[in-house]
Amino acid sequence: MKSKHIKRVDLIFEKIECIDVLKKIVNMDPDAICQEILDSDLKGRGGAGFPTGLKWRFTAKEKDPVKYIVCNADEGEPGTFKDREILDQVPGKVFCGMAIAARAVGAKKGFVYLRGEYKFLVPKLNEELIKFHRTMDEFNQNFHIKIRLGSGAYICGEESALFESIEGKRGEPRNKPPYPTTSGLFGKPTLINNVETLVHTVMIMNYGAPHFRELGTKDSRGSKVFSISGDTPKAGIFELELGMTVDQFVNDFGDGDTKAVQVGGASGFCVPRKRFDETIIGFEGVPTGGSMKLFNSSRSMYNVLHNYLDFFTEESCGQCSPCRIGCQQLLKGVEAVKRGEKNSKYLDELVKLAKTMKRASKCGLGQSVGNAFGSIVENFKEEIIY
Amino acid sequence: MVSLSINGMLVKVPEGTTILEAAKHLNFRIPTLCHHDDLCVAGNCRVCVVEQLGAKALVAACAAPVSDGMQVLTNSLKVRSARKHIIELLLSEHNADCTKCYKNGKCELQDLSNEFAVGDHIFLDLNTIKDYTIDRFSPSIQKDDSKCIRCQRCVRTCEQLQGVNALTVAYKGEHQKISTFENLSMAEVICTNCGQCINRCPTGALVERTYLDEVWDAILDPDKHVVVQTAPAVRVGLGEELGLEPGKRVTGQMVAALKRLGFDSVLDTDFTADLTIMEEGTELLTRLKKALVDKDPDVALPMTTSCSPGWIKFIEHTFPEYLPNVSTCKSPQQMFGALAKTYYAKNRKLDPKDIVSVSIMPCTAKKYEADRPEMRSSGYKDVDYVLTTRELARMIKQAGVEFINLKEDKYDSIMGVSSGAGVIFGATGGVMEAALRTAYEIVTGREVPFEGLNIIPVRGMEGVKQASVLIEDCKEEWSFLNGVELKCAVAHGLVNARELMDGVKSGEINVHFIEVMACPGGCLGGGGQPIPTNEEIRRKRTEAIYAEDMSMAIRKSHENPEIVGIYKDFLGEPLGHKSHELLHTHYRERVRY
Repeated sequence: MKSKHIKRVDLIFEKIECIDVLKKIVNMDPDAICQEILDSDLKGRGGAGFPTGLKWRFTAKEKDPVKYIVCNADEGEPGTFKDREILDQVPGKVFCGMAIAARAVGAKKGFVYLRGEYKFLVPKLNEELIKFHRTMDEFNQNFHIKIRLGSGAYICGEESALFESIEGKRGEPRNKPPYPTTSGLFGKPTLINNVETLVHTVMIMNYGAPHFRELGTKDSRGSKVFSISGDTPKAGIFELELGMTVDQFVNDFGDGDTKAVQVGGASGFCVPRKRFDETIIGFEGVPTGGSMKLFNSSRSMYNVLHNYLDFFTEESCGQCSPCRIGCQQLLKGVEAVKRGEKNSKYLDELVKLAKTMKRASKCGLGQSVGNAFGSIVENFKEEIIY
Repeated sequence: MVSLSINGMLVKVPEGTTILEAAKHLNFRIPTLCHHDDLCVAGNCRVCVVEQLGAKALVAACAAPVSDGMQVLTNSLKVRSARKHIIELLLSEHNADCTKCYKNGKCELQDLSNEFAVGDHIFLDLNTIKDYTIDRFSPSIQKDDSKCIRCQRCVRTCEQLQGVNALTVAYKGEHQKISTFENLSMAEVICTNCGQCINRCPTGALVERTYLDEVWDAILDPDKHVVVQTAPAVRVGLGEELGLEPGKRVTGQMVAALKRLGFDSVLDTDFTADLTIMEEGTELLTRLKKALVDKDPDVALPMTTSCSPGWIKFIEHTFPEYLPNVSTCKSPQQMFGALAKTYYAKNRKLDPKDIVSVSIMPCTAKKYEADRPEMRSSGYKDVDYVLTTRELARMIKQAGVEFINLKEDKYDSIMGVSSGAGVIFGATGGVMEAALRTAYEIVTGREVPFEGLNIIPVRGMEGVKQASVLIEDCKEEWSFLNGVELKCAVAHGLVNARELMDGVKSGEINVHFIEVMACPGGCLGGGGQPIPTNEEIRRKRTEAIYAEDMSMAIRKSHENPEIVGIYKDFLGEPLGHKSHELLHTHYRERVRY
């Protein structure tokens, strides 16, 4: 049984000499780097949780002489703001992570796809990039990073839509397969990782995989940076050990009146008070890209749901029918129920629709709209209807 | 080879096959909407989702490649419920005013909703709350967003087949729509009016501007003399729209039907196709003479054809610097129109103001062409109304003419006699072949050195074709051409036209004469032809065109007796004064934005 308090960690923001890590990895066998990451059990910190080492190895195995490293810094999930802080505080570590990845998979070019709203970071990042490229030259490493800005579309955080955007096209997700590791940016094998994931790889290469594995649980190793917001006296960014229950989390961060926690932002799940105890925050329970939003009893869950659906109705790329039309139907549907134009049974139809969206949508956006919808409707039905 | 099971049945297919194709091997049809044989995979309508055992989500059969040991269910409970939901969703966003729709009975969404017996109206009607207006500004294409299901077939057609990019996806989420530059009307953008988007639109969102009522009004007006001309490609397409197999030649029945509809004179665009060869062939030889004998540095070579109005609008927007290279000949349709109200009127002793000139075309761009200000040299609008092959079929149905039972009839005269060379204008490479048959003979006095007059190198579905003919033993007046290797290039589909012109620009392609048809396969694949279209259907129509050519007694334009007659009685000589006045024109540069 875990202690009452959640363990605070300081890995991501820890100031280290990246140059030492780089010195170490330039002499390492690329496969050994992949193996070290694989041994750490690190899973992607963007939210989907794909084993990072596996992704690296897949990309490394591709024979194409041209490969790309992409850092996904299009942090668009509502309630997530940790990547901004990471890029602001330790940009060098992000680039260092990309360099490690480049060494591991054999890439010569990297892109940071930066959320349009984070434009203010660009001068700082460029300054840091000059230093980084100088270091790369010193180590005789042929790896160059460019920054690309998004334009405010949430969908461009989806990896294949992000590639389309970098390529100068409309940001629409692609069919998968092929996956990015075989055919990504400009049709070349591409390794795409979240900002935080890349920083973790730096720390793994710095302290070794066992050090990383000391924290967390079997399915969720290590620590994670959380963006905590909503009805909490301690809103902000915290790096915490993975594997806590929502109950532990609420004890630490709640205001004493928490009725629900939205884990993972608009595309995540809503955990009601009665399930705080049994719900683990992590890949074995409810995964999150970092967003933790607390709601106390003064909040209408109808409004919460309406806000999310409004967001998705706006931010669906519109390409595939289940997502484009499904989002509108869910939004207009709950409005109709609220107004009494449709009876409460209509919610059951909408839950079925959300299931179809989960199964039949083209990309992760449409597939995850049902998460918030299903969990809020299931647990707060009265608030939706009355 | 990859082996997999679909609905419990084993099948072996080559690697890279999609689930959709693999299912066809077992005679399972998976419904589709955004998929089209001519276009790249989109995977965005999601109607084709199937269950892959072991996969978390359903997969789009059109996009998913097969893999070894894969187990697929195409009609499981999960699939059925998702598919029905998706059709319901599409309908909830769609202006399902089916009985009043121009595409009623020919709509893929309607077929699907019929198949799935959708009628529960599970979802809210989203269509009525959106603010849609119909774009009726183009004389060729009508765009109604309220019927659009955002499958993006039109966008892919405009981009990949035509390289025009007039249509594109705009906005996101609930506001996403298929739009144009700055939301301008189709009449104000770089649209070439080719209508390939119409051919591929599964619903009534993109249709031709129809002029059926105007034509009926003219026919039923006793004071009007209505002449009709039929383009070469119509005779190999019309049957499809009336229940016959693709590739059926229905020339005689079509003429019989047109007479039953009440047209006063049923004539043939093939006649002016032959005339085009005389004018254009002479123009080419004149340009060659200027270049080779007079050493005129300003002569514009290579010369390009000008029959395809889609190509004309494309070059006006995209390669305006090559406008001097375009033949000054009007298209056969417009030559016909100009002559109908002059030569024909005189011959029949009619007042041209009483003549209504109608053309039946495989083309939507012809509607735009007829409206051009350049096309009024008879003193009137040379061609009053242009109908597509599809519209003609509708007229035939409206009039209750039992097409299939009709006995073959013959075109009226004058302007109804043609040669095989005129017929092959309907296929890509046809104008080139017809021109070579005549030009070579004018210059050498002998037939083109190809067996049976069939110039095979310019035929076929390759995007850009090149061929050459060595000219030897010329007649005395053409002796400057002795030893010249006349080089030509042929492109069909505007994306190929662009490639060809880029090649000309860079100097990679060095030819004397270029034929461009805006549509894939040439006019037989035109935007006014029956729907559906795909390479197989276009191949069958092509075979029919060449069979028609072989069946003709005369196969060279200059041997057409009516052509000989018109020069004797009316025009004088090719490129003569009268020709210039009626049959030639110039086009102008247009901005891209």
